[in-house]
Order: sequence, then C-alpha cells, then structure tokens
Amino acid sequence: MRKLMLSGGLIAGAALTAALAGLSAQADPFDAEDVEEWQEEYMTVVADGRAAFTDPSLGTNGVVCAQCHPNGTNVHPETYPKYQQQLGRVVVLAEMVNWCIENPLEGEPLALDDPRMVAIQAYVAHERRGVELAPGKH
Amino acid sequence: MALGSILPMTNVRLAFADESQPDFTFAYISDSHIQHIKGTEFVRNWDRGLERAVAEANLMQPKPDFVLYGGDIAQLALPQEIDHGLEILSELNYPVHYVMGEHDYYLDNGEYWSKRLGPQWYSFDHKGVHFVVLNSILTYDSWMNKWSSGEERMGVMAGLDDPRGSPFMVGEEQRRWLKADLAKVDKSTPIVVASHSPLQKIFKNWNFWTEDAEDVQSLLQPFDKVTVLYGHVHQIQYNQIGNISFYSAMATAWPWPYPRTYAQAGNLMPELVIPMNRADPFFERDGTGWQFIDINDGRVAANYSLTENQPRIVYFDKERGHPVDAEYAGIETAPQLHY
Ligand code: HEC
Ligand SMILES: [Fe+2]
Ligand SMILES: [Fe+2]
Repeated sequence: MRKLMLSGGLIAGAALTAALAGLSAQADPFDAEDVEEWQEEYMTVVADGRAAFTDPSLGTNGVVCAQCHPNGTNVHPETYPKYQQQLGRVVVLAEMVNWCIENPLEGEPLALDDPRMVAIQAYVAHERRGVELAPGKH
Repeated sequence: MALGSILPMTNVRLAFADESQPDFTFAYISDSHIQHIKGTEFVRNWDRGLERAVAEANLMQPKPDFVLYGGDIAQLALPQEIDHGLEILSELNYPVHYVMGEHDYYLDNGEYWSKRLGPQWYSFDHKGVHFVVLNSILTYDSWMNKWSSGEERMGVMAGLDDPRGSPFMVGEEQRRWLKADLAKVDKSTPIVVASHSPLQKIFKNWNFWTEDAEDVQSLLQPFDKVTVLYGHVHQIQYNQIGNISFYSAMATAWPWPYPRTYAQAGNLMPELVIPMNRADPFFERDGTGWQFIDINDGRVAANYSLTENQPRIVYFDKERGHPVDAEYAGIETAPQLHY
C-alpha cells in the first residue's frame, strides 16, 4: 500500500513536471556559455554607451560628453544616489546625466529607461570598475 | 659732437648692464575650442570663455607687453572656427604670438592656421628673454596617411581619450632647427619655450605627453634659466626637471579631470602639483580662465585667473629651485581631492 502510494505520487509528480514544461524553461543552473553570452550582451551595451558618450545627437550644439569627461572620468557612478546640493535633493546618476544633457549639450532629457540612458550608465560604470562603492560621497 | 653721440649709447648699455633682464608681463590665453554648429552659429559656452579672457586681458594694469596664445583656437580646425576665434582675439589691444594646437592642425596639416598666422615654429627676443614657439603636436607620417580624409583624422585626434589617436611629438626637423636657433643664444639668457603639449611625459592616454620630450629637454638643459609654458591639459600643472621649469595654462573653454581620476591607468603627474578645485558644472565657467605671466629676473610667476574661483600664483622659488604655490601649499580643501 505504502509502496503503491509512493509510486502513485511519483507518477503525479512526473505528470506535473510534464505539464509545466510547456510553460517555462528550467530555472537555475547556468553554465559558462551562458555567462559568456550575458557578458557579451553587457559589453555591447557598454559599447553603445561609449557611442552615446561621443554622439552629438544627444544634444543640439554638437558638444559631446567625452569632451569634458574623457574615459568617463569625473562622473563618479559609485557615489550615487547622493545629495545634489544644487538640486536640493538626493538623486540617482541618471538625473545628473540628464542635467549635463540639458546644459552643456543643450539637449532634451532622456527617459530613465531609454536604452541610451541605460547604455551611458553601463559605460561610465565600466570605466570605474574596481572602484569601491561610496554612495553619498562628494 | 663725438662725445654727444657716444654718451647716450653708453647710457643705454649701462642701463642694460644694470638691469640686463628687466621685469615685464604678458598675458597667456589658451584652449578656446571655438566650435562651429551650423551657419553662423557657434557653441555659446566656448565663445563666452574666450570673450571673457580677452575682455579681462584688455583691462590689465599695468598693460601686458603682448599675449601668448597656447593653441586649440578651434575644435575641428575648420576655417570658420579659426576665423571666428581670431575675430574674438582681434579685440585684444596687444600683439599676439600663436602656438599650434592639435585641434587647429589635423584637418589640413595646419594649412589654414598657417595661412592666417604664419610659421608653425619660430623664435623672437623680448627684453632680454629668448622666446621659442614650437609645434609639439606633430605625429608619425604613417599615422597621418592612414585616414580616408582630413575630417576623419581630425575627428579621431579631437577625441582626447580616443584609443585610435597617436602620440604628439616635436620631430627631428624641428629639433634640428631648435638646436641651430639656440646655438646663437648665450647660456645665461633666459629662455621661454611655448608649446601646446607638455614637453614632458605625464599621461599618455590623453596626450598629456610629448614622445620626444627628453630630446627636446636635452637641448634646453645647458641654459641657466629655462621655462616651458604649455596648453592642452586644461588644468593647472607645474614641474621642475633639471634646469627647466614647467607651467601649464588653463583653458578658456572647459576644464579637464586630473589623470588620477581614471581608474584603469597609472600616470606620472608631477608630485609638486596642487590640483585645482573640482569644477562645479552648475557654474559654466568654473575651472576655466586665463593667466598672466610676470617675468622677474628671467624667471616666471604664473598668475592663474580663475573665473569662478580664487586666483592662484605659481612662481619659481629660488631657494627651493622649483615652482611653488606658496598660498595653496599645505591646504587641502575637499574640492581639491580628485578621485
Ligand atoms: C562642458 C563640460 C561638460 C560636458 C560636455 C558634460 N559634462 Fe558632465 N559634468 C561636468 C563637470 C565639470 C562636472 C562636475 C565634475 C565633478 O564633480 O568633479 C560634471 C558632472 C557630471 C555628473 C555628476 C558627477 C558627480 O561626480 O556627481 C554626471 C553624471 C555627468 N556629468 C554626466 C555627463 C554626461 C552623461 C554628459 C553628456 C551627456 C556630460 N556629463 C557632459 C562637465 C561637463
Ligand atoms: Fe585643448
Ligand atoms: Fe590640445
């Protein structure tokens, strides 16, 4: 009886797995190939960010980010969120990116989830890799 | 009659012997990066920086003897950029000596610049000081010839951090000319050399660098008093190597971060340098400015006139034998901590 119940349970479990297989792929373990692929995706976006950093079409006057921030220096992504005294509140990096788009570049701010906004943040963070996180630092 | 004609000459010579190296002042303006947008439009921010330096230099008392322009008038070496920059500079009430920058050069080998301003390297004497102007932003012929157009080449060199760029150099032809030029000069005559790139090696990634710096330095070392003034770096730097004192110019256009702020590469920034305050982006002109140079007994005091910040004076300290900023020495304010 016990044995039968157990095997019945196993059968039910297998049926459940089979039923779910059509709905979602198996989660977890990922392998080296996956990691490589994801890294490539990330580096593609970093490269897009570098392209945006030297792209005059972000603004209206031909000025680009890299003119004042060579290699993404003085952008300090590791210090965000932080209190921006000139704006009078705690902001995320993207808000200061928009500030520089609107002022030195005389352009229109990007939506926070705009692919270029994501790419710019990936690029400047990549150029800062290895630097300790320091939220709030000035 | 004979006596009368000798006397004034003797007087002149005596006066010259007593004060063989009289003091004088000149203004030093650099890196305006005038940038064309379209039609008659230029980037307002950079225009303002140059206009301000010109207006302030014109108000100087006592008047400077001349102006030294340190290079990078233009952003992409376009004739309309050079013309617009020179139009603003034409408001200066003094003669101007120009240095070639890479942003004036890589479109057309500096041809338009030369058409407007003359030779790319030259020397002149002023009140007992021998001035030499070099074009230090040349590079390898193989690199010059690998691009499909001047526009493409200029675009690459205009990106300070573009890895496709190439190191700056004075080159053999000019070093030969320099050697011949200096052969005529007494070793006790103060020498002031103006170049665009630093004639020393600081940070290769951004061409804060001259590839044949040591070769140029060795031509200058035999002289008792040598000063090199350079632009390109858009920030205050100074140094001493042997007999040579180095002082940089700020830009009128925008300031650059110090090389130590790049986390992925080392640098050779001279330890003497007390950095400028970090620029506040909410004040467009912060971290920019111009300078005037006092020549005293053949040595330089560089007076940095910052638009939105306290001025600084970096001068040659005879006892220590190198440039110092006495007022800033020892103080370390938070904005000076670049990271
Ligand atoms: C005219 C020069 C100039 C241009 C062009 C410029 N910036 Fe800036 N930006 C600055 C300066 C100066 C600072 C202040 C740096 C510091 O705090 O040391 C700054 C600060 C920032 C900050 C905040 C950094 C911090 O430490 O809090 C971000 C983010 C930023 N810039 C992003 C950008 C982006 C993205 C672009 C292009 C869209 C850009 N900037 C274009 C001059 C410029
Ligand atoms: Fe410059
Ligand atoms: Fe330059």
